[in-house]
Amino acid sequence: MNFAGEDRYSRQERFYGIGAEGQKKLAQAKVLIIGAGALGSACAETMVRSGAGKVTLVDRDYVEWSNLQRQNLFTEQDAAERIPKAVAAARRLRSVNSSVEVEGIVADITAEEIGLYTRGIDLILDAADNFEVRMIVNDIASRDGIPWIYGACTGSYGISMTIVPGQSACLHCLLDSVPAGGDTCDTAGIIGPAVQMTAAYQTAEALKWLSGNVSALRGTLVSFDLWTNRHSSVDTAKLKRADCPSCGAKRTYPYLSPDSHSRTAVLCGRDTVQIRPPSQVRLDLEEWERRLSAYGRAERNPYMLSLTLDRHRMAIFPDGRVLVHGTGDPAEARSLYHRYFG
Amino acid sequence: MKLYINGNETELDEACATLADLLSRPEWKERRMIVELNGMIVGRDDFGTVLLADGDRIELVHFVGGG
Ligand SMILES: [Zn+2]
Repeated sequence: MNFAGEDRYSRQERFYGIGAEGQKKLAQAKVLIIGAGALGSACAETMVRSGAGKVTLVDRDYVEWSNLQRQNLFTEQDAAERIPKAVAAARRLRSVNSSVEVEGIVADITAEEIGLYTRGIDLILDAADNFEVRMIVNDIASRDGIPWIYGACTGSYGISMTIVPGQSACLHCLLDSVPAGGDTCDTAGIIGPAVQMTAAYQTAEALKWLSGNVSALRGTLVSFDLWTNRHSSVDTAKLKRADCPSCGAKRTYPYLSPDSHSRTAVLCGRDTVQIRPPSQVRLDLEEWERRLSAYGRAERNPYMLSLTLDRHRMAIFPDGRVLVHGTGDPAEARSLYHRYFG
Repeated sequence: MKLYINGNETELDEACATLADLLSRPEWKERRMIVELNGMIVGRDDFGTVLLADGDRIELVHFVGGG
């Protein structure tokens, strides 16, 4: 079946900023979305519906019930079956627009591997949930000259900025180091409209860039609070630093060096710690299900293995990553990890 | 002196003289900020030397990480 009839993009082509020419450019565009959670869902849906050529999503997590309130690509069945977000999102997106090439990759973004995903990409949409990943994105974008659009939200607040290498200040110009968990964690909860608004700012900029409307880009750091009705738009051009380690004259791309990345990450507001294996591995989940079922209830789907213990639960991925649920303490998580994985 | 922080009228004692002093207050301390003073952006290196004056309008934009 082919639903890509002539009428499909008619409303977008009628829009003065895009037109048939802009639509053609969009259809050639390859977009990478970092994260397939709330922002990733919203950004991906807009890009796929609008007819981008290819959309790739990379996400390390799986769907849980607490996601459904705001992550608009997922269903109750995805949560019940603990489907990885990248898989569930790609499935849904393909059914929304079969003429777009959609790729869903279940993986963590690391300094070593991000280059695999950014090759040939025209634009990166940031839908990550932490600054460690954003700094890696910022460095590779600067190195390879790929524009990227920072977006983040918490509570009723959201913020976004478009970073064009060689022109704008970069994220490292604005932040001299990775902010500590405290001020960026989503412990404040979040409402769906804050997600949609942030994603709207991001995808509007993406449509401008990809349809060839560079002069229409906003050029400011925008932020808003939908509960207190505040809005601000700040010109950050003057914050571009000549000595920035990521985009300055003597740039070294510090976040692309492997040792800048920690193996243990506390997932914000989730009572969960992620542990990465010390080296690249490929786990046979069936074999591990057999081994681990002696210690607790082991359940497996094609993408991950879940082990329920007395006070914790572990989600084990084929790439060797383990999410330890039920603790926010990295030391406790590591000791559990070592008990079962050596 | 009277300041307008993100549109809200805020009364500050005289001890709070520079931007750095303002940003060291507990409600802002742990946050990463972009600061605009009367419509002009202020670089991080200047926080300690920029003096605040009565009637200043300050826009504080803080970074968040959630997605
Ligand atoms: Zn920079």
